[in-house]
Amino acid sequence: MSSLNPGLILVIGAVLVPLLPQTLRRWYLLALPIIGFIQVHTLADGTSVTMDMLGMTLEVLRVDGLSRVWGYIFNIAAFLSMLFAWHDKDLMQQVSAPIYAGAAIGAVFAGDLVTLFVYWELTAISSVFLIWASRTERAYKTGMRYLLIQVGSGVILLAGVLLWYAKTGSIDFGKIGIGTLAGNLIFIAFGIKCAFPLLHNWLQDAYPEATVTGTVVLSAFTTKLAVYALARGFAGTEVLIYVGATMTAFPIFYAVIENDLRRVLAYSLNNQLGFMVVGIGIGTELSLNGTASHAFSHILYKALLFMSMGAVLYRTGTCKGSELGGLYKSMPWTTGFCIVGAASISAFPLFSGFVSKSMIMTAAAADHRWFVWGVLLFASAGVFHHSGIKIPYFAFFAHDSGKRVKEAPWNMLLAMAITAFLCIFIGVYPKALYDILPFPVDYVPYTTAHVITQLQLLMFSALAFTVLMLYKIYPPELKSTNLDTDWIYRKLLPCVLGWLGKVIRKTDRMIREEALSVLGDLTAMIERQHGDGAPISKTMQAGTMALIVLSILFLFLIVTLIA
Amino acid sequence: MSEHGPKVHDPKKYWLDDPKNVRKVIIALFVVCAGLFVADAFYHKHPHFEAEEWFGFYAIYGFVMCVGLVLAAKLMRVFLMRDEEYYDKNE
Repeated sequence: MSSLNPGLILVIGAVLVPLLPQTLRRWYLLALPIIGFIQVHTLADGTSVTMDMLGMTLEVLRVDGLSRVWGYIFNIAAFLSMLFAWHDKDLMQQVSAPIYAGAAIGAVFAGDLVTLFVYWELTAISSVFLIWASRTERAYKTGMRYLLIQVGSGVILLAGVLLWYAKTGSIDFGKIGIGTLAGNLIFIAFGIKCAFPLLHNWLQDAYPEATVTGTVVLSAFTTKLAVYALARGFAGTEVLIYVGATMTAFPIFYAVIENDLRRVLAYSLNNQLGFMVVGIGIGTELSLNGTASHAFSHILYKALLFMSMGAVLYRTGTCKGSELGGLYKSMPWTTGFCIVGAASISAFPLFSGFVSKSMIMTAAAADHRWFVWGVLLFASAGVFHHSGIKIPYFAFFAHDSGKRVKEAPWNMLLAMAITAFLCIFIGVYPKALYDILPFPVDYVPYTTAHVITQLQLLMFSALAFTVLMLYKIYPPELKSTNLDTDWIYRKLLPCVLGWLGKVIRKTDRMIREEALSVLGDLTAMIERQHGDGAPISKTMQAGTMALIVLSILFLFLIVTLIA
Repeated sequence: MSEHGPKVHDPKKYWLDDPKNVRKVIIALFVVCAGLFVADAFYHKHPHFEAEEWFGFYAIYGFVMCVGLVLAAKLMRVFLMRDEEYYDKNE
C-alpha cells in the first residue's frame, strides 16, 4: 500500500462495482473514498515512486504539502457525493463517478507530466457519462460539446509536454512558466479546464445538464484539478493575476440574470476559481496558502449548494428560478443547508469562505495591487448578491410557487448536513485547515477590523438587493437563454459553415450549368456540321466525288513539283 | 425524478406569509446596516490602502457596486437575452 497512488483505489475499485449486488454496492462506494483518504493520510511527505516505461522514468506517485491538501479534499468530496447519490441505482454513474474522482486524485499525485496527461484525459472521458446519464437528447449534445473541449485540453497538454520534453529532456512536473511554446501550450491546456475567461463556457454549458447527483460530483474535481496544476506549474505567473481578477468579476453579471439556478451556481463557481487563480498569480506563500485553503473550502460549500439545488430539482423536477419559490415551507432542512452554503461562499464570519478567501485578498493588498484588490472586493460583494441571496431567495422564498413537495431523501439530507457541518467547522476552527496547508501559516482571520468590514460589505450588499427588490428594479427571473461564448460554436460557427456551404453549392451549380450550356452549344454545332443534311454528312454523286479526288491529286502534283 | 410537486392548496399560514413580518425582517436589516455603519467609528483600522480609511468605505462600496452590478446585468439582458429554446431550434 505504501507505494500506491491513492487515486487508483477509486479507479480500480470502480471496475468491481458492476459485479456487486445493489445493496452492497452503496456501502462499497462509500468505503472507497474512506480507504483513499486513509491512504493519503498514511503517505509521508516526500514519498516518490518511479516506474520505467518506454525509456522514460515516470513518477507515478509523489507526495508533498500541495498534493496532500487536494488529496484530502478530493476524497472527502468523493465520499460526500457518493452519500448524496446513495438512493441512485444508475450503474453508469456508479462506475463513472469513482473513476472520475479517482482520476482527479491520481493526477494530483502524479509526479511527471506524462502520468498527469493520462489521468487528465481519464477525468475527461469518465466525467462525460455523468452528463449523458441524464439520458436526454439535450444532455447528449451538451456531453459531446463537453467531451470535445475536455479531450481537446488533453491534446494541447500532450503537445505541450512533448515539446517540453524535447526542449528540456525532462518530464518532471514542476515549475513550468510561460514564455516558451511548450509552456504556453501547457498553460492553455490547464486554462481550459480552469475555465479561464473566453475558455470558460463548457462549464456553464455542461454542469447544469448533468444529473441531480452528477453535477455535485462534477463541481468538485475538474476545475480544482486545474487550479492545482496551475499552482504547481505556474505559481507567480503575473498574467494569472489579471486572468483571475477577470474571472472573479465577469461571470457574476451573468449569474444575476440567469434563470437556471444550477447555472447560476456554475457562474459563481467560475467566479470563485478566479480568486484561486489570483492567489496563484501572486505566488507568495500567503497567497498560495490562500489558494489551497480556498480550494478546500470552496469544494465543500459549492458541493453543498449544488446538493441543495439537486434536492430541489429531484423533488420538484425543475431548477428554474421563474418556476420556484416558497419551498422553505416543504423543504425546511434543505433550505437551512442551502443557507449555510450561501453564507460560506459569501464569506460570512464563522463560515469557511471567511477564513480562506481573505488570505488571497490580504495577499493582493500586501502586494499593493489596489486595482486587483478592488475587483476582488467587488466580486466578493457580487458573489453574496447572486449566490448568497439569489439562490436561496428565489428557490425557497420569494413568490410562493405553490409547490408542496416532500423534504429531500434522508441520504441527501445527511450528505448536506455533514458538508454544512464542515463549512461551519472550518469557519469556527480554521486551524484545522491551516495545519494542512503547504506553507506555515502566519495569518489571523478573526480581527475586529476584518469582521466588521466584511459584515459591512455583505450587509450593505443585502441592503442593495432589498432596496432594488422593493423598488422593483431587480430583474425578475425570466425563462430565457443568455448568450455567452458558446454562442460562437453553437450559433455563429454553424451559421458561417451553413452560409459557406450554401455559397459553395451555389458556385458549384453555376459552374456545372455553365459547363452544360457550353457542351450543349458544342453538340448543337456538331449537329449543324455533321447532322442529317449538314454539309459534312451530305451524300454526294460519284462524278462529284471523282472530281474532288482529281482536284486533290492535281494539287498534290503541283506541290510536289514546286518542292 | 421522484414525485414532482403538484400545486396544492396549503391552508397553513407561515410566519413570512404575513407582510407585516416581512416588513419586520426588512427593518431589522436596516437597523443592522445602520449599526455596522456607525461601528466604523469604534475600532482601530489597519488599512493597506488609503480608501480603507474613509468612513464606511466597505459599506458604501458594497452597496454602490451591487446596485451597479444589477443595473449593468439588466442592461446586458437587452443584448444577450434570447428565448429559452434558442439553441434547440436548429441545432
